[in-house]
Amino acid sequence: MSAAATIPSVGRPRRLGKALPGALWALLLLTPAFVSLASVSFYPIVNGLYLSLTNTSLITQEQDFTGFSNYVELWGDPQFWNAWWHTIWFTTASTVLETVIGLGMALILCEAFKGRGLVRAAMLVPWAMPTVVTSKMFGWLFDGQHGIINYLLLHAGLIDQNINWYGSTDTAMITIIIADVWKTTPFMALLLLTGLQTVPNSLIEAARMDGAKGWITFWYIRLPLLMPTLLIAGLFRALDAFRVFDLVYVLTGGGPADSTETLSTLSYKVLFSTLQFGYGSAVSTAMFVTEGVIALVFCLYLVRQIRRAQ
Amino acid sequence: MNDTRSPLQTFAIYLGALLILVWSGGPFIWQFSTSFQLDKALTSGSPSLIPHPFTLEHYYNAFVEKQLHRYVWNSLVVSLATTFLCLFVGSLAAFALSRLNIKGRFGILMVILSVSMFPQIALVGPLYLVATNLGLLDTYTALIITYLALGLPLVTWVLFGYFETLPREIDEAARMDGVSAPGLLWRIILPMSLPSLVTTGLLAFITAWNEFLFALAFTSNIDRQTIPVGIANFTNLYYVPWGDIAAASAVVTVPLILLVLFFQRHIIEGLTQGGVKE
Repeated sequence: MSAAATIPSVGRPRRLGKALPGALWALLLLTPAFVSLASVSFYPIVNGLYLSLTNTSLITQEQDFTGFSNYVELWGDPQFWNAWWHTIWFTTASTVLETVIGLGMALILCEAFKGRGLVRAAMLVPWAMPTVVTSKMFGWLFDGQHGIINYLLLHAGLIDQNINWYGSTDTAMITIIIADVWKTTPFMALLLLTGLQTVPNSLIEAARMDGAKGWITFWYIRLPLLMPTLLIAGLFRALDAFRVFDLVYVLTGGGPADSTETLSTLSYKVLFSTLQFGYGSAVSTAMFVTEGVIALVFCLYLVRQIRRAQ
Repeated sequence: MNDTRSPLQTFAIYLGALLILVWSGGPFIWQFSTSFQLDKALTSGSPSLIPHPFTLEHYYNAFVEKQLHRYVWNSLVVSLATTFLCLFVGSLAAFALSRLNIKGRFGILMVILSVSMFPQIALVGPLYLVATNLGLLDTYTALIITYLALGLPLVTWVLFGYFETLPREIDEAARMDGVSAPGLLWRIILPMSLPSLVTTGLLAFITAWNEFLFALAFTSNIDRQTIPVGIANFTNLYYVPWGDIAAASAVVTVPLILLVLFFQRHIIEGLTQGGVKE
């Protein structure tokens, strides 16, 4: 570094020739990313908003501006509200289950035991597997006739006869929730584990010295410190669960009798089966708005929680 | 902490660990075993984990009748192209945000990250119209362009987090030697970031390999359809060929699982840095 003082005089003429000012470089380097995101994410959202105000259909080739008529129709469409409630129910149930079970798993992984590395590695398997494969796999596990789940439950004496899991309107949504919880809980647990590991051990040791039982240290020390992580992970999971498509589309296609229809599968059908791009865009825009509201409510709650903690 | 545990607590921890292991590995092990069993054995009413008799029939069906290798090829082309593009574009953006003084860089990062939260079903309709107009339906290009944008937020975010951990002194030293901004990225920062590039590349690859919605909408022909679309369409006229599906699942999942297990440490670290640690 002692040579540094002499460098400016030498470096200056060299730099003039080949270097652009920093700000220009920054702009240049960010451009590809901006172009990509603008054309594949922002443009479609704006265009979808416009399409939802038209009667665009690929069958009739019409494309006239119709104002809010699609939204008026949407408001009175029982199929839309059916899908809306299913999506909310699916999102709530799977997010809560995944967070609670994930926390349980994380607490176990926090302890030292033999084979912990193996368990942690195995937990990445459900996450890495393509969702379509998961869907087909649960189709086979929960098959109404020869599925292994029915076999095990029957032999354990928990049920009297085979359950037609995803073939019956009563249990189809439950089966999809189970599949989603299976796939995403282990990863949730790994995220929460990194949060738990930042809780200083000295705090827990100190509490133990004072005679605090395991679950008291959990309730009064670990959980409050973990809360921000828990809420952020829960938010991301909820937003992801809200968009559920692959699992439903492949396992039940929204059936039986629309009992598992979600907003994504409904939009897809309106778009690509009936080719009503105007109305389909209204469905997906309504979905986007709902998702935005969920994110907003979650964020407000998060900010309040963090403020209160300080 | 170990010595303060009672035998009961130790038992509970091992039981919990065993349950997690069965939860994570069990279903796929059963799927794997299914792929080697005859249909007759699968529907006999007394399932067995050990294939008996052992058969490769389902693998034969998957490759010869259903042409699985053609889907695998399409997926490989699309996923590898996506991976390299994502790393290229993502590292440029992450470098600019981390190393060149940009006003409001956290705002920009937040916008990039929030893009990944857009519901994809809201994008697929308008993009389908664009692809139709440009003649891009049934092409690799349409899928690669879309997947680049899907993978970019996470790749940029993770690479940004990694670049931030590299000491600023190297920038200073490079600047004094007259190295320009791209030189700094290409010759100094990127070679130092190899572990992170491998992880983020793997994440981008998995995103593209597993994507279903856009592939379903944009391709209608086995020449361009990717694995998820192929497997979703794996049905016979009168019954569901569970054995064939299991074989195809094993073929497309086992390599992925091996990759992930090999890089597991980096994946967990990469994904959790920044986002949750704060």
